Amino acid sequence: MEKKQTPLGYVSFSVFAWIVGLLIFFPIFWMVLTSFKSELEAVSIPPSFISFDWTLENYAEVQERSNYFKFAMNSVILAVGSTLVGLVFAVTCAWAMAFNPTKRTKDALLWMLSTKMMPPVGVLVPIYLMFRDWGLLDTRFGLIMVLFLMNLPIMVWMLYTYFKEIPTDILEAARMDGATLPKEIIFVLLPMAVPGIASTMLLNVILAWNEAFWTLNLTTSDAAPLTAFIASYSSPEGLFWAKLSAASTLAVAPILVIGWFSQKQLVRGLTFGAVK
Amino acid sequence: MKRVMGAALCALLAGGIAHANAETKLTIATVNNGDMIRMQKLTDDFTSKNPDISLEWVTLEENTLRQRVTTDIATKGGQYDVMTIGTYEVPIWAEKGWLAPLDNLGSDYDVDDLMPAIRSAVSNDGNLYAAPFYGESSMMMYRTDLFEAAGIEINGRLTWDQTLEIAKKLHKPDEGVYGICLRGKAGWGENMALISTMGNAYGARWFDEEWKPTFDGDAWKNALDMYTNILGNYGPPGATSNGFNENLSLFNSGKCGMWIDATVAASFVTNPKESKVADKVGFTEAPCAVTCTGANWLWAWNLGIPMGSQKVEAAQKFISWATSKAYLELVASKEGWANVPPGTRMSLYENPKYLEAAPFADETLLAIDSADPINSTLEPKPYVGVQFAAIPEFQGIGTTVGQQFSAALAGQMSVEQALSAAQSSTDRTMRKAGYY
Repeated sequence: MEKKQTPLGYVSFSVFAWIVGLLIFFPIFWMVLTSFKSELEAVSIPPSFISFDWTLENYAEVQERSNYFKFAMNSVILAVGSTLVGLVFAVTCAWAMAFNPTKRTKDALLWMLSTKMMPPVGVLVPIYLMFRDWGLLDTRFGLIMVLFLMNLPIMVWMLYTYFKEIPTDILEAARMDGATLPKEIIFVLLPMAVPGIASTMLLNVILAWNEAFWTLNLTTSDAAPLTAFIASYSSPEGLFWAKLSAASTLAVAPILVIGWFSQKQLVRGLTFGAVK
Repeated sequence: MKRVMGAALCALLAGGIAHANAETKLTIATVNNGDMIRMQKLTDDFTSKNPDISLEWVTLEENTLRQRVTTDIATKGGQYDVMTIGTYEVPIWAEKGWLAPLDNLGSDYDVDDLMPAIRSAVSNDGNLYAAPFYGESSMMMYRTDLFEAAGIEINGRLTWDQTLEIAKKLHKPDEGVYGICLRGKAGWGENMALISTMGNAYGARWFDEEWKPTFDGDAWKNALDMYTNILGNYGPPGATSNGFNENLSLFNSGKCGMWIDATVAASFVTNPKESKVADKVGFTEAPCAVTCTGANWLWAWNLGIPMGSQKVEAAQKFISWATSKAYLELVASKEGWANVPPGTRMSLYENPKYLEAAPFADETLLAIDSADPINSTLEPKPYVGVQFAAIPEFQGIGTTVGQQFSAALAGQMSVEQALSAAQSSTDRTMRKAGYY
């Protein structure tokens, strides 16, 4: 029997949720606030919350110094490109593992995930040499390949868990009706797994958007995304917090907007199974 | 119609090819600091004089830049045509044959005008392997108003013992003023830059003539005792997380009585837009102890060309422009003499306009002139460098030792334990590397 929540419990839960939410949001709020301060005010102790001279000079400086749209376009291409390529491989891989498992399927899944545990810097030099020899340094194609391979284990895992909840009977019924394998996947499996696929895609876009190790190490200018744009505003000598905050605000703005509009889908996909 | 289109396409392609042939694109890796950003904004002056060369800037944070350019040059990746490198990298990379010698900087470059200490730091076997863009040493910046109120006068070069006494007098944490601010953040380019110069002043050295570490001697103990005492007792709280920028913020907010750090900080602390104490800052040399040799460091950011670059000629043209006397005048005409990159050319310190605009010029010149990367310790040493040893292993060694000294400052271990740990870890690394 379901327990009924008391008003007091409801209020305390809400307050707790708000506190956690605000704590998580605070760094972003502080970053946005700092971007409107002068460099001196950005580091002043005690810090000022509202009562400072609001200025747009940091945004003007960032616009003057860097071609924001070039970096942003590269981020979009890398994030979306690696997600779409990854999806093609992850859907087929997850289908095989979910509907035609062998006794080694679980081990294979764990092994795939274990590749995420290796620190990327350990393979930097071999990958850098491969990129150099294949002419892939500072190319979007090369980075899309790296990002898609890097996130593939997570995509396969997520899709595998969604596919596992789809009754095999439905696929069998489709086969009885004469559906070929591609038709079975495209017209039967995928429509049923749309929420799972959507949340997998969104998560992968966010992961690829935020990836900073490979995008900084394998690019110089042509394929450099927003992570390189942000990195260029950190300084070893001189005050830089306000300008860095302005650059970071511009860099996270697109993904923040996408996340805001798709939060319902994202939460649903991450918390519910495919056919519940 | 098809013929017309074909002809137009051919013309377009031919034009494109001709354009591609005419323009050499130089990719330049730089660190993000005020002088470098100013150079980017003045790019038009170079491209108007060299219409066949275009510039692509890649600005990165110091550690990321170091990692990127090291990976690229070691693997001959060819991603950069001009690299911004420090005085630590130049002798090592030149020795390995990774840098192209700068032998064609033009007849009007006046290489003899480069400051001898800096020139020696970027040369190998008498050849220039990088051109200094700006140089720095270390010195003391202090609050003249607080000194006056406490009745302190500086007569001659201070010793660390005298500095400790002054720090005690100025230290008033209740009023938000700390006696002294020093680097405490662990890292070979952070706390170890300062502690190495303190070690030099106390007669210590990183390695003896047989490349054996010397942390088990009295000199290092005296230096580290002084460092942990003065910063731990008369410095700001949480000093172990303070590097250059954190101390700059503290000093600019009026919270430090004294600050010993890079000479380049002088332009920041005297800038009223950045500093609340801009008109209350005095400058003097870094303190000595048993000797003044090596008591202040030497560093420069330099422009070099990776060996094997296909664009050496264009890259040398650019380096010649960026590090020339004419460039200093260009910056002065656009941004004022106070914003000219300091510490590379002697003629700048003979220029009355610069001396008038930069009240810290004399002290900066004195500090750079007295820093010698070859003779920077009381006893003989086998390495080049004042606050570092220019060997590939030093980055790792310096960072490990920096962590141990930072732990001593935080009180997590005693000075003796930190020195013992530094001795054994450095000894292990040097043995593994085959030095003995």
